Amino acid sequence: MSVPRQPAATGEVVVHLQRRNVELLLILLACSFGLAGWIMTHLALYNSLPPNLPLVAGLWYGLGLVAHLFVRFLTPWADPVILPCVFLLNGLGLAMIARIDQIPDPPRNDVASQLLWTSLGIVLFIGVLILVRDHRRLQRYPYLLFIAGVALLLLPLIPGLGIALGGAQIWIRVFGYSFQPAEVAKILLAVAFAAYFYEKRDVLALAGKRFMGLDFPRARDLGPIALMWIAALGIMVFQNDLGTALLFFGLFTVMIYIATQRPAWPLLAGVMFIVAGFLAYNFTNHVPRRVNAWLDPFSNYDANLQIISAQFGYAWGGLFGRGWGMGRPGLTPLAKSDFIAGALGEELGILGLMAVVMVYALISARGMKAALLCPDGFGKLLAGGLAFVFSLQVFAIVGGITRLLPLTGLTTPFMSQGGSSLVANWMIIGILMVISHRARMPQIATATPQELLTPDDATAVITR
Amino acid sequence: MNGPLRKVSIFISLMMAALLLNITWISVVRTNELNADPRNRRVRDAEFASDRGAILVGNTPIAITNPSEGRFPYARSYPKGDTWSSVTGWYSYDYARSELEKQYNEELSGTGSSQAVSRIIDLLVGRQRQGANLSTTLNPAAQQAAVDALGDKQGAAIAMDWETGEILALVSAPTYDPNRLSTLDLTQERVAWDELLNAKDEPLKNRAVREVFPPGSTFKLVTAAAALENGMLPSSELQSPQSLPLPNSNRSMGNSTNCGGTTVTLEQALVTSCNTAFGNLGMELGSEKLRAAAEAFGFNAEPTIDLPAAASRFPAEIDEAQTALSAIGQFDVAASPLQMLQVVAAIANDGHMMQPHVVRTVTGADLKVVRSMEPHELSQPLSESNAQLMQQMMESVVADGTGRPARIDGMTIGGKTGTAQSDPDRPPYAWFIGYAKDPKVAVVAFVQSADVERDDISGGRVAAPIFKAILEALR
Repeated sequence: MSVPRQPAATGEVVVHLQRRNVELLLILLACSFGLAGWIMTHLALYNSLPPNLPLVAGLWYGLGLVAHLFVRFLTPWADPVILPCVFLLNGLGLAMIARIDQIPDPPRNDVASQLLWTSLGIVLFIGVLILVRDHRRLQRYPYLLFIAGVALLLLPLIPGLGIALGGAQIWIRVFGYSFQPAEVAKILLAVAFAAYFYEKRDVLALAGKRFMGLDFPRARDLGPIALMWIAALGIMVFQNDLGTALLFFGLFTVMIYIATQRPAWPLLAGVMFIVAGFLAYNFTNHVPRRVNAWLDPFSNYDANLQIISAQFGYAWGGLFGRGWGMGRPGLTPLAKSDFIAGALGEELGILGLMAVVMVYALISARGMKAALLCPDGFGKLLAGGLAFVFSLQVFAIVGGITRLLPLTGLTTPFMSQGGSSLVANWMIIGILMVISHRARMPQIATATPQELLTPDDATAVITR
Repeated sequence: MNGPLRKVSIFISLMMAALLLNITWISVVRTNELNADPRNRRVRDAEFASDRGAILVGNTPIAITNPSEGRFPYARSYPKGDTWSSVTGWYSYDYARSELEKQYNEELSGTGSSQAVSRIIDLLVGRQRQGANLSTTLNPAAQQAAVDALGDKQGAAIAMDWETGEILALVSAPTYDPNRLSTLDLTQERVAWDELLNAKDEPLKNRAVREVFPPGSTFKLVTAAAALENGMLPSSELQSPQSLPLPNSNRSMGNSTNCGGTTVTLEQALVTSCNTAFGNLGMELGSEKLRAAAEAFGFNAEPTIDLPAAASRFPAEIDEAQTALSAIGQFDVAASPLQMLQVVAAIANDGHMMQPHVVRTVTGADLKVVRSMEPHELSQPLSESNAQLMQQMMESVVADGTGRPARIDGMTIGGKTGTAQSDPDRPPYAWFIGYAKDPKVAVVAFVQSADVERDDISGGRVAAPIFKAILEALR
């Protein structure tokens, strides 16, 4: 790593390459993966091409092209790898849902609505690009965003509107479509937290009493945010949505750490997490069951059938997988939604699953890169927080299915069946693209107000 | 803020690395175990959708896969299933498999490592995978004779070529029809399973190899062999009182036959199956030497036959009274009929114990021999000269002792009877084990619930005809 240095104030400009053509090429390549999966499924199962192949192929590449064009004109400096990665994952998810659709007789057509949701997600992604030309505008209304987020969280509790599925009261039903408002609330709350932390970062870090090696902020600084956090977390726990609560906890921790630069915060959060886990293990019913299903699933074969079936699927798939359409992913309950990573491992193999994890890692890495490059602290907080939560979600659900962790009911971003998560994740990608665009724009190379900027390897310094 | 951001990035990469490592762990460590789990429906369905190899006796199949309609493209069927059930076992969708179907599952289904090359070729030329065929060493006449002789008694009979270890007949009675468990009509399969599993005479137990019983007086062969190996001779004299008080106990051992005096030779003791003489002999040898002899014959070790089999037991750390009881095959001594057959076969083969096997060759779908089993000597539990001495004594048992019911004109036959009881309320077990010099065959006949008197002659009377019937069939 090079030594931080202050560029001379002579008007040097840092210019990143736009690489929009590379992005287009990558998007077309990425779209082909999902499409190829769909074609291979039909070849394996029916020995024929899918009936409406030209239409679907046109639609799918068209979606990629449209998204790309908006990015090209609205956020031309944004990172060129993020969008192709998302199309790759979304396409594989669609192909896998289409494949699992073929298992019952007659085949289902869940993939159609998933494709509809994908289109809506891309529209909202474009909407974010259009409306949020500069992410710093989001910084203005932390409390308003917070209230909106909490209102969304509370929606499922309204009688007549909310419905409970699988023991969690987190869905609402509108026009026959069920939707999980917490997914969108997550974004609003993330923005609200980032705005609050950015505004109060110095007082949070410096003004306060030192206790047990930790600078505790003054109550008037920490109070509002702690209240918001506890309120949001409380609602989620009350709704039995522990997975989202976990993500939320992680988001808060990472943001306060980035804002204050005090490692004591994540340590404290870790201790709190262990204590909470211990209490949940001893005083709830379903947490011990989840832990048992994680450590020793075969001790109760019937109750842990789902996780065991996913393990059988991995073993049956082996290193290279059975191939599209040739495995038995339908044997695992919820193979389309929660357990789609099991279906992927069975048909694409351990290697295919690893590749998918790597693509997720790539998105997170690009998000973190945007945070590092971003000139303003709010963007850093927001991008860093969102990228972290994204990877935490992948870690929790893929780790849960592969028995690295106890299973939490989370979606696999961009792949699981379900509209709300898909739409919300597309919006998150929109925000990351906007931040990345701001971060990689040509700008006068001066130090940021907070600290010295470290010129990175990927940045080219040219003299005007 | 970049410092914390970098640290968060490192944390993210650690999470992803943990995921990748764990996925690798699944692939490297857990896969085989998961695929071997009988509850893994993926593996099971794939097996049922493949062309499983046949099991052959000569050129006649005793288990074969036929094309079928419906849920699976193939169905397993067992021509003359009742006769061969103890060898083939069943191959069931819900209730796993047994016997050869279990032991050679990889070869039959074509997933064995020895078939890896032909699997790749099949894949390349787009041919459907086919399992290998098993050619067995069995003899249809001997098998049929054993099945007929046992009838619906609970028992077992095995015949083996003592020179090569090839199994010629293997029956556990009563037999059952494995077609009933291998049907693809899963409702009928369940009904048949419940019925067979709960039947009073327990046909699903394989009494020939997978169950162990008190060997009774047949174990005296092992005790006598131990005596010879430890320097005694057939003419060595033993005390044979009417009743032998057991040390440190208020019980005593009695005789069920007339030993012919209170001092008899070892040979005479074997011919008359004299309990007290062998009880004394056992105490004289001591438990260690007795156990060493039993273990030399294969007790307390995993059986080497190519069928799922149970290990026979000789107890450890026993006192004098228990040693005396063990010497006549009572107390905690337990042997499968296969084990006792191996004892006789080793004696007949001049002390060389051969590995018993049912399968001669595994033949790939392209008729190429994938694997073939050659005669293999396991060990030599007793010297050639001692084995010949044992043969002389066993031949006297048949010529003028308790084994007279097994005599066949024109054949040199050695044998030993046995009657054992597990508890006083149960009918005793009847045994007859022996060999013929020509053909070179060793046979064990065992009847679990012989409704007869508790003496050796009676045991011989029940089991010896089965022995004779099998030998006659092989003549």
